[in-house]
Amino acid sequence: MTEFNLIQIAIAILFLPLVGFAFVLFLGKKIKSAYLVEVGILILTFLLTAVLLFNKLYWFADKNIVSEFSWISYKNIAVFGNISIDLGFLLDNLSVIMIFTVALISMLVHIFSIAYMAGDKLYNRYFAYLGLFTFSMSGIVLTHNILMMYVFWELVGISSYLLIGFWYEKKSAPDAGKKAFLVNRIGDIGMFSGIMMLFNTYHTFTFEKIFAQMASGTLPFNSEFWLTVTGLLLFCGAIGKSAQFPLHVWLPDAMEGPTPVSALIHAATMVAAGVFLVCRIFPMLTGDALFIIAVIGALSALIPATIALTQNDIKKVLAYSTVSQLGYMVMALGVGAYKFAFFHLITHAFFKACLFLGSGSVIHAMHHEQDITKMGGLKKKLPLTYATFLIASLALSGIPLTSGFLSKDGILQGTFAFGSLTGYWLFPAVGFVVAMLTAFYMFRLIILTFHGEPKNKEKYDHAHESPFVMAMPLVVLSALSIFIWYTPNPINADAGLFLGKWIKTPSLSVPQNARYSFMKTDLVPEGKAENNRDISNEVKKEGTAEGKEVIYSEAYTEAMHHAHYPAMFLSLFVALTGIVFAFVFYYWKKISADKLARDIKPFYKLSFNKWYFDEIYNATFVTFTMLSSRVLAWFDNTIVDGIVNGAATVTRMISFFTGRFDNIVVDGLVNLMAYLSGFIGLVLRRFQTGRVQTYIVLVVFSLVIILYLFKTF
Amino acid sequence: MIHIGLGHFLFVSSILFSLGIFGVVTRKNAVMVLMGIELMLNASNINFIAFAKYGNFGLQGQVMALFVIVLAAAEAAIALAIVLNIYKTFSTVNVDEIDTLKD
Amino acid sequence: MSIYDIIFYLFATITLVSAFFVVTIRNIVYSAFFLLFTFFGVAGIYVILGADFIAMVQLIVYVGGILILILFGVMLTNKITNVQIKTGTSQIIPAAIGVGLFAGILTATLVNTPWRKIDNSPLFPTTQGLGLMLISEYGVVFELLGILLLIALIGAASLARK
Repeated sequence: MTEFNLIQIAIAILFLPLVGFAFVLFLGKKIKSAYLVEVGILILTFLLTAVLLFNKLYWFADKNIVSEFSWISYKNIAVFGNISIDLGFLLDNLSVIMIFTVALISMLVHIFSIAYMAGDKLYNRYFAYLGLFTFSMSGIVLTHNILMMYVFWELVGISSYLLIGFWYEKKSAPDAGKKAFLVNRIGDIGMFSGIMMLFNTYHTFTFEKIFAQMASGTLPFNSEFWLTVTGLLLFCGAIGKSAQFPLHVWLPDAMEGPTPVSALIHAATMVAAGVFLVCRIFPMLTGDALFIIAVIGALSALIPATIALTQNDIKKVLAYSTVSQLGYMVMALGVGAYKFAFFHLITHAFFKACLFLGSGSVIHAMHHEQDITKMGGLKKKLPLTYATFLIASLALSGIPLTSGFLSKDGILQGTFAFGSLTGYWLFPAVGFVVAMLTAFYMFRLIILTFHGEPKNKEKYDHAHESPFVMAMPLVVLSALSIFIWYTPNPINADAGLFLGKWIKTPSLSVPQNARYSFMKTDLVPEGKAENNRDISNEVKKEGTAEGKEVIYSEAYTEAMHHAHYPAMFLSLFVALTGIVFAFVFYYWKKISADKLARDIKPFYKLSFNKWYFDEIYNATFVTFTMLSSRVLAWFDNTIVDGIVNGAATVTRMISFFTGRFDNIVVDGLVNLMAYLSGFIGLVLRRFQTGRVQTYIVLVVFSLVIILYLFKTF
Repeated sequence: MIHIGLGHFLFVSSILFSLGIFGVVTRKNAVMVLMGIELMLNASNINFIAFAKYGNFGLQGQVMALFVIVLAAAEAAIALAIVLNIYKTFSTVNVDEIDTLKD
Repeated sequence: MSIYDIIFYLFATITLVSAFFVVTIRNIVYSAFFLLFTFFGVAGIYVILGADFIAMVQLIVYVGGILILILFGVMLTNKITNVQIKTGTSQIIPAAIGVGLFAGILTATLVNTPWRKIDNSPLFPTTQGLGLMLISEYGVVFELLGILLLIALIGAASLARK
């Protein structure tokens, strides 16, 4: 396997789903079983990603493979100077692991959908959309420049829109699709502005070139403030796509789409694209930008977690949980725990996909009943679903021996270290509170759904375990929620290859004094550093010895080390507390949840009504937009239309005169030409006598002309 | 007084040639057209021999002239046969009445 | 003006005047007779150019062969007694203009062309030389011409017989 082979595989991975999309879209109506082609293509894609992942990590673990070609290249354009836009692939560990995750979950969702969507009248089109989504998502992950990423970003948006509104007969589904699309646009405007600022400064879209130029001192408008602004603008895209705090409102509504879609797009992959984007642009995020990102992440983690406590729709609970977990990752990135954020992204993708597919299995068994208050006792009817759901829930709650425990613990550890270094203890506090809430609402969900007495006897009796194609993905995904795939040591994630070798925090391009203090690299010469250890104790020396850029100071490493066990035990403690509370409330019923809800009614209502975000947005932004639209409409109707009508009158008058001109002069000229042609024809016809002698005369004339033209004197 | 040279012979031949063309294009009778062609052939023969003499080509030009005369004889025989055929077909030898080419 | 020049002008005049009559005179039989004079004039010009054998061939073939052939053609296609023997002319004016321009441009060309001048190449009998050339250098062509004449003979006979 050479690097070139890997690039070839990557190209195949990218375009195979597109082929499937085109095939199923165009032939789906004629061929009933076209979806099988799509599923087959996805299985093939998955196998290719497996090959890619293995070869990349085994042979080229320390190397970024780039393949690019110049798409547009202009020299000396006015204003911009030299412009070259390259398109290409970047295969680093980040992207191959991500593409593997995407392809795996996408394949499992395809397989799951075979049974889940059976009997739908747009069965084939559904698979076509899934193929389009997989193509777009692969594009985001594999590209090496931010322009292509933006293009695929929007493609992902459109496929998300199509899939949310898939059941378009229901009014709520297209509405939710529109909402998702529009809310995402708000974020994308920010992202696009950020891209334009980058291009204006660096004249390229390629990440590596941007970072290289930035490291050599070129900054947007030559100021670190604008670098912060650029980073935050790009982060706006992630806010929209990953449903972060102000723009998180679309994700719960997106649950109107088919459940496998929710699993694929709104839990595991697309919403992770925002986090992936932040990972990609991590080298250019200043300390200020990271801090704001951390705050937004913390808010996004906390608020949806409180909402999820009181929701009764099984998918809504999971949706808010997703927002909360994405907030977790963003917060982790904000506090500099890059590795753990990406780790959590992957682990979360697996167990959240498992939870969503499990909920899909439940909903399927209950004949599209989504209200958990009407379920109960399904443990006996759906043993396999229950088991996998339980494993995934344990992972999400952060119980040892699961992958979620490792990644969540890492994030908490990172916030803990951040708090100890900078004094912002709010972040670890939020982290632990959210961990407890997560454990609580997940077990509330499990108890209400699977334990206790069945509340809807009729539907309960008809419930049955899902077929193999639905069960298999659940088993695979729950298996991937176990720690063993990531590290051999169930309490230390760093021991495994995943964090120990494959995922490394990228070296920063941000100027030294714009970074977090613990990420500064001191440029003290090596020998001196040894002697003045107490002075430059913020320098991590091993890093310099290896010739690599130091990312974290020694203090940070130490703080992380110290934070490891406290964070772990604390997180385990809060998770268990949350689970115990859930059992107290809903299983043993020692405390009545309803009574408590009545006692703290304002809080309950706040949570139950999702903090009134939709209402607030309706009252402010939507109303304001409608009002301004009305004003603009009035302006349009009276003033603009008046101008237009006036212009129309003038135009009509001009037209009248030009019409006259046309009729007389232009038509006259045309008729004259026709008459002339006829006349000439009449004359020329006389030469066609059919007599040889006439022709000879003409030949003589022609000969004279030719001789004259070629005369030698 | 100019001594007689190549130019004089060429002048005679060009006038003769022009007259031949004139005859070909003006006369109605096919036999007269044939006569015009003979004039043109003679004009070209004069050219051959004049160039042979003044161009110092030895006898080559005269051989060519001989060939032209032979061709003229063959042509005259064929042409007259054709004329006779035309006469049989159209009952006239006036070429201006034979305008089947027009249709 | 030497005797050579006088003879040239004499023959040139005969040739051109009679050729003019050939193409202008209405009576077709007179045309044929003027054609005879034209051929004589041309033969004279050949003699002046030192081509004695060609001049003889001209007289024999043209006057003795082609002219007789033409006269036969005239007689076979026109009734002598008829007025039809006076043939008409057509498109005189365009033809005259065209031919005049043509002659003019030819004359202008030959006047303005700087011809190479070789004087006084000696005159000698050409018959022997021609004969040798026809059977040596131009042997193949000579044979082909013979075949051509044969074909023409057969063709003419078969055409005329129909």
